[in-house]
Amino acid sequence: MPDREEKQVGIVISHLFKIFGANANNHLNALAKGMTKAELNERHGLVLGLNDVSINMAAGQVHVIMGLSGSGKSTLIRHINRLVEPTAGQIIVGGQDVLKLDEHALRAFRRNTTAMVFQKFALLPHRNVLENTLYGLEIQGGDRYRHREKAMRWISRVGLNGFENRYPNQLSGGMQQRVGLARALASDSPILLMDEAFSALDPLIRSDMQEMLRNIQQEVKKTIVFITHDLDEALRLGDQIAILRNGEVVQQGSSQDIVLRPADDYVASFVKDVNRGRIIRVDAIMTPSNPASALPKSLLSADTTLNAAAKLMCQHGGHESVVVDGHGKPLGRVTKDQIMAAMIGYGGLWGSENGGGTSSFRPVLYSANQPANPGNRAER
Amino acid sequence: MDWLTNFPHLNDEALRLVKKGLDDAFRTFTRTYGDSIEGLFAPLQYLLIKCEHFLTDTPWPLIISLAAGLAWLASRNLTTVAGTVVTLVAIGFLNMWDDTMKTVSMILVSTIIAIVLGAPVGIAMSRSERIQRVINPVLDVMQTMPSFVYLIPVVMLLGIGKVPGVIAVVIYAIPPMIRLTNLGIRLVDKDVLEAADAFGSSNWQKLRDVQIPLALPTIMAGVNQTIMMALAMVVIASMIGVQGLGQPVLKAINNQYFTLGLFNGLAIVGIAIIFDRISQAYGKRLQRHLELMHA
Repeated sequence: MPDREEKQVGIVISHLFKIFGANANNHLNALAKGMTKAELNERHGLVLGLNDVSINMAAGQVHVIMGLSGSGKSTLIRHINRLVEPTAGQIIVGGQDVLKLDEHALRAFRRNTTAMVFQKFALLPHRNVLENTLYGLEIQGGDRYRHREKAMRWISRVGLNGFENRYPNQLSGGMQQRVGLARALASDSPILLMDEAFSALDPLIRSDMQEMLRNIQQEVKKTIVFITHDLDEALRLGDQIAILRNGEVVQQGSSQDIVLRPADDYVASFVKDVNRGRIIRVDAIMTPSNPASALPKSLLSADTTLNAAAKLMCQHGGHESVVVDGHGKPLGRVTKDQIMAAMIGYGGLWGSENGGGTSSFRPVLYSANQPANPGNRAER
Repeated sequence: MDWLTNFPHLNDEALRLVKKGLDDAFRTFTRTYGDSIEGLFAPLQYLLIKCEHFLTDTPWPLIISLAAGLAWLASRNLTTVAGTVVTLVAIGFLNMWDDTMKTVSMILVSTIIAIVLGAPVGIAMSRSERIQRVINPVLDVMQTMPSFVYLIPVVMLLGIGKVPGVIAVVIYAIPPMIRLTNLGIRLVDKDVLEAADAFGSSNWQKLRDVQIPLALPTIMAGVNQTIMMALAMVVIASMIGVQGLGQPVLKAINNQYFTLGLFNGLAIVGIAIIFDRISQAYGKRLQRHLELMHA
């Protein structure tokens, strides 16, 4: 936005612990010695929220934190603006130690550095769209006229032109969350915290919103922390993804890392049903090769997804393509076989998948088992 | 076995001494500080007199138009306006105009005082469990203690007249204002409050922009209840010299004038309904944004 110089702020979270309950500090040592979440709850009645979480979030990127309910993801995002106080650990935002801020400085930090979008929208029901969008700006204080102008610009950017005077109750869920997004963006904070922002929306609206967020992010280049329980959403939005389980980070990495090299069975079980062709990029599976040996074949840019690559190769024929970077420099080559294997998750490179490839050979077993079932049913 | 059937009690002499001691102490207190305490309430007296003069001295057609205008502003409903006008005209026609205006004046002043005192107390209660624990039993006492009991010390301190009347009415009518303000603020959606925190609201901004506006429908219900309870006190207040519709009712009780009692009683009911409809309609209009549904 023109009124404030682009300011990018990264977030460094190190060794963050959160234990809910009285005298939480006394149990940090026990945790370090390997006490589990279940033991802590059973013996002391305390709930372990976060267990030694360290994440480095680079400025200007979308960082997705993914986990199922109870994994601590909402607790984690609330530590960044200190809506929840940690039991131990450190949070550095743009070089500033968030945990050392006094009440006054913390308010200023929340006003100017972070903005938040909520799962349940959390709009003010007695204010219309424009007044809701103005909310963060009003709290910052300053020139009302410029605030209004800025709010109107964001309202139209999120596609709510003409709805300025409607009340939240008059809007659908998707439109309400657009207001939530406009409110957060209008405050011009370099960090955007999105707590399951699209989880309450139905699938079509959700993917619209994801698309809009991606477009807006290309313009504003904020540091976005996005919480979700939906792996597809995580893969679609995240530059970096951290997977949380029982308050611990199980894996951190790019979408390619998560899909191709799941750190353990837990992550693998998530990744199993992902549409791999839409996520994996050709540069992640290509055979790096000596550019000189590359024959003039069809070219694929490195960020092409497998689906798109397969389609192109079918259209243009040929068995092999050369993968090139943004400047047309060859990086390696990729074959149709490689693409097909990667799509179904078969092969040694991405290892942990084992059942998928053989399942199609089940008919023998299937027919052998088949007679048993009708028999069982007949007995009843 | 006498102690089983007759409750063992303090002996009569000791009990008499306790009562006498307390009475004497309070009487001394009244004699010493009575005047200065009366001085303290002089502004209230002034306000009451001004308000009453305004209502009784203004020509009745003006007052009726004013009431009709208020009814329209609050409800935007012609039936409410018509009901207000008809009731007031009937009251005037049956020669109860002056008494009614005196009563309305006292209700208005009592309600304003109850709001001004009650809202901050309710807000304080909503912010602190400890304050809530202290105030709740006090409110219970105020609501259940027979009004005559606290009329005694008030009359001893301030004599009879408007001011002690208003004090008695406020004591009786303020609890719903306090309770419903407290409740309304406590019921404000936690998600919205979290959003206010996340955007860096100060406590005052949170109260002004989020808590009070969202609690307002509940607070308005408290105002409505306060008005109704104030009206219920009119007859009792007339026993300590408050003029208005209560005095004819009192006279009717003493002399068994059935019709006099009925007319004045109905006049109280009439203005109660006017107050109720207007304040409820206003409370509803405050929630208009909740009723507009997404089509």
